[in-house]
Amino acid sequence: MAEQIITSFLAAVLIENFVLVRFLGICPFVGVSKRLETAVGMGGAVIFVMALASAITWLIQRFVLTAFQVEYLQTIAFILVIASLVQFVELIIKKVSRGLYDSLGVYLPLITTNCAILGACIINIQKGFDFINAVLYGTFAGMGFTLAIVLFAGIRERLELFSDVPANMKGFPISLVAASLVSLAFFGFQGLIK
Amino acid sequence: MSLLAIIKNGIVDENPTTRLVLGMCPTLAVTTSAINGIGMGVSTLAVLMGSNIVISLLRSVIPDKVRIPSYIVVIAGFVTIVQMTIKAFAPSVDQALGIFIPLIVVNCIILARAEAFASKNGVLASAADGLGMGIGFTIMLLIIGGAREILGNGSIFGIALYGQTASPALMMILPPGGFLAFGVLIGIVNMLSEKKITQIGCDSCGAPCKRNAENRG
Repeated sequence: MAEQIITSFLAAVLIENFVLVRFLGICPFVGVSKRLETAVGMGGAVIFVMALASAITWLIQRFVLTAFQVEYLQTIAFILVIASLVQFVELIIKKVSRGLYDSLGVYLPLITTNCAILGACIINIQKGFDFINAVLYGTFAGMGFTLAIVLFAGIRERLELFSDVPANMKGFPISLVAASLVSLAFFGFQGLIK
Repeated sequence: MSLLAIIKNGIVDENPTTRLVLGMCPTLAVTTSAINGIGMGVSTLAVLMGSNIVISLLRSVIPDKVRIPSYIVVIAGFVTIVQMTIKAFAPSVDQALGIFIPLIVVNCIILARAEAFASKNGVLASAADGLGMGIGFTIMLLIIGGAREILGNGSIFGIALYGQTASPALMMILPPGGFLAFGVLIGIVNMLSEKKITQIGCDSCGAPCKRNAENRG
């Protein structure tokens, strides 16, 4: 079991990193990675929502969609569940802890249209995970997202301060080129699991 | 604006990929070959036209407060139709695009056009906007997909180009090549035009996160 969890962790975080290898969640990856602290906040929010969404969509798939043989409604059901879940979590955090809301809550509305969340939920079902593995995969995938966005925020802070970028490549285009190099570096992890 | 002007606007002036910079995940992920680019572009075009028409027809019925969830339901409905059609008639495209077909539902181009255009304009104009935006998106995916296929696989539309004389740069059809090709494309478009793109198109996106624009950092 422990070995399986470690393998799953390495696969989701390093080898099939959600952002850099699977191309899920590019918008927040580029949009929220200008400062290190916002990147950390966004990462935390994504891990939390992804684990929760994985659990709830797994239950919906098992006890509603499959039970009533309406699997074709998966896309509609999942996106509605995720959208309402995000709103719900935002409400609760706002009520329970103001401090947590200030550091995490502002990123929550951004997450509804983050394709990484819906992507993780669909991958869980496609791979046929059981409940525990689905939640673990959601959590690990969120960690992979966080790792990528935090690493990249550090690179971009430096990029803006110290480098002389041609006018036409300033900002977004040069970040894409930088992301390409980070993605290339992540290929070094490919041989990690046999 | 005439219908033709609206269509041209989507292809050139407000091209969703190179001007509005929306919907980056499919732009990067599925453009490993020209044909995949077209497949994704046409699927998005179909969803975009359908959702624009329906949302434009319903624009006086949908209450303002629940408009975003309503739009998402309409979009998800069309995505499901497209997904089932592709599965039935083009299983090879379904294989190649995989998870990115259901993920059209969170492609911000579609929500952005629903919010910025279809909710304010008539049916014909909204259909023209969907068509123009869809064509603009397809053309850019074709360009990126074509460039990556030529450089990374040495072929175009599956036809080998330079045989054994040179080995292709495999990196270009792997994930790093996607980032690189898109970055260079935006750089080239910036070189050719007045308006420089320096950030992603959050401002033109209709997603609910807009109210937190000041916190985006």
